[in-house]
Amino acid sequence: MNHPGMVNTVNNTDSEIFEWSQENFEKVKKIISKYPVGRQQSAVIPVLDLAQRQNNGWLNKNIIEKVAETLSMSFIRVMEVASFYSMFNLKPIGKNFIQICRTTPCWLRGSNDLLEIAKKITGCNLGETSSDNKFTLVEVECLGACCNAPMIQINDYYYEDLNQENFESLLMKLKNNEKIIDGSQVGRKSSEPKKN
Amino acid sequence: MLREEDKIFKNLYGHEDWNINGALKRGIWKDTKQILAKGSDYIIDEIKKSELRGRGGAGFPAGLKWSFMPKDSDKPSYLIVNADESEPGTCKDREILRNDPHLLLEGCLVAGFAMKAHVCYIYIRGEYYSESSNLQKAIDEAYEKKLIGQNSCDSGWDFDIFLHRGAGAYICGEETALLESLEGKKGQPRLKPPFPAGSGLYGCPSTVTNVETVAVAPTILRRGSAWFAGIGNPKNTGTKIFSISGHVNNPCNVEEEMGIPLKSLIDHHAGGVIGGWNNLLAVIPGGASVPLIPKHICDTVKMDFDSLKDVNSGLGTAAVIVINKSVDIVEAISRLSHFYKHESCGQCTPCREGTGWLYRMMQKMIKGDMVNKDVDKLLDVSKQIEGHTICALGDAAAWPIQGLIRHFRPEIEKRIINYNNKRKVA
Repeated sequence: MNHPGMVNTVNNTDSEIFEWSQENFEKVKKIISKYPVGRQQSAVIPVLDLAQRQNNGWLNKNIIEKVAETLSMSFIRVMEVASFYSMFNLKPIGKNFIQICRTTPCWLRGSNDLLEIAKKITGCNLGETSSDNKFTLVEVECLGACCNAPMIQINDYYYEDLNQENFESLLMKLKNNEKIIDGSQVGRKSSEPKKN
Repeated sequence: MLREEDKIFKNLYGHEDWNINGALKRGIWKDTKQILAKGSDYIIDEIKKSELRGRGGAGFPAGLKWSFMPKDSDKPSYLIVNADESEPGTCKDREILRNDPHLLLEGCLVAGFAMKAHVCYIYIRGEYYSESSNLQKAIDEAYEKKLIGQNSCDSGWDFDIFLHRGAGAYICGEETALLESLEGKKGQPRLKPPFPAGSGLYGCPSTVTNVETVAVAPTILRRGSAWFAGIGNPKNTGTKIFSISGHVNNPCNVEEEMGIPLKSLIDHHAGGVIGGWNNLLAVIPGGASVPLIPKHICDTVKMDFDSLKDVNSGLGTAAVIVINKSVDIVEAISRLSHFYKHESCGQCTPCREGTGWLYRMMQKMIKGDMVNKDVDKLLDVSKQIEGHTICALGDAAAWPIQGLIRHFRPEIEKRIINYNNKRKVA
């Protein structure tokens, strides 16, 4: 599967040294305090997540080294976590990281059609980032919102109950830098049965 | 059909406030102190008597599991709530986490107290971003109201709850992989024994339990184990959230009694199969990991652990994936094979190599590009993966394919003949 989170090599061409922002440094301290003294390694996933947020959604070698230093871990222990979990991107991503759920419950309800629409509008093939850096398009495995299938995730949020029309208009809005609203796109509150 | 007053999840759909004010209105956190005052033995005994079985998939008796925790240990005990909901088809815990988080938090306090734990970690899947922010706000509210923290609910018991977000790995739903992940490592399952109750998080006694199991506990204790045990069938008691997805007119989550007939679940709550009941091809009744059942079994089967086991399937997480005649059943299952190939952690050879091989064989089967003997080989290899791995992911990858071959072999053989005939002509 072509996905920046499934890459196993780390990008070390970026020479810029990574430093925590003041705000995030405070957050790191707070995260570490959740775990018993001496167990700061437990914080590696949330701290990598924070670092990834500070670096526009991806991790390079300098960042992983910084996280290792912050948590008194060896580089390879942080690296294996960063490469194991699919939410850590080891390649840069575009402004809108479009993740289309491909597993059976979404596929039964037409996720393949969504993929074709997404390819057409973003101009990306799977795993690619558009030339204007606005979109990265990937397929992912079950996102756990199957009663609102088909659905996708863009950055942190879920967009559910999609069909060809509302998905096309969602992506067009993104393309035109308009605001989009997350959640169900057909007006459901959550996963209640739709009223007939 | 479950009566309205017997529903535990009163805000499953989020029509009311999820925050502390809404929770108090729904009776959550009411008299929690009195429940705790009855003592941990009483709580575990009531849960045992209610015959509550774990809602995460395996269906292990919850009271028994909680009772495995040591009564006195010089190490701290941990309660770990498994909110890493990633079984394809399942989206029930999500609704609890975002629409009724206080129900879960109260359950954490009660369960944690019963197993003598002062600390609880809730491990939520990383993709549930808005759900985790609701839950974090609920935790903050509970601290503010002194419902948890030092002297929780004025009971004299100190109890901390911490939220831990994962980062996208299905395998972390397996309890020991979850513990590894929580310790800051790759999520690769541990060999058992030792079981988590003896040596779990940081080598301390731990119990990992599903969101729904914990969330129903306070209601059971308030209304009594007899009430809960009176719903459903013996050994398969209580209410359960069913996630109905796929080819139904109104996909939804719904709380129903255990043992409801599958047909009435689909017809009554999900608006029926698209194209009518006769258009039904098969149902996967318990999330991706259980074998599918064809229509003639769906006509009569009841939705509980034992009834589904009797038809060679399982209740799993009670995620009902409905498949009608408009799609290719082989491709539907091959998508699941792709899922397991993608999510295998790579630790055990039969699973790491096997899931990829199963997927490649399934791709061939879609076209019919094999011979009849290959179907037997596929079945044979799937049996060699099953039971030969540290965790159950190997089994979970094998079962959907075994179910497919068990019930759709004539269809597969027809496809093989057609493909080979076409090739001969060409």
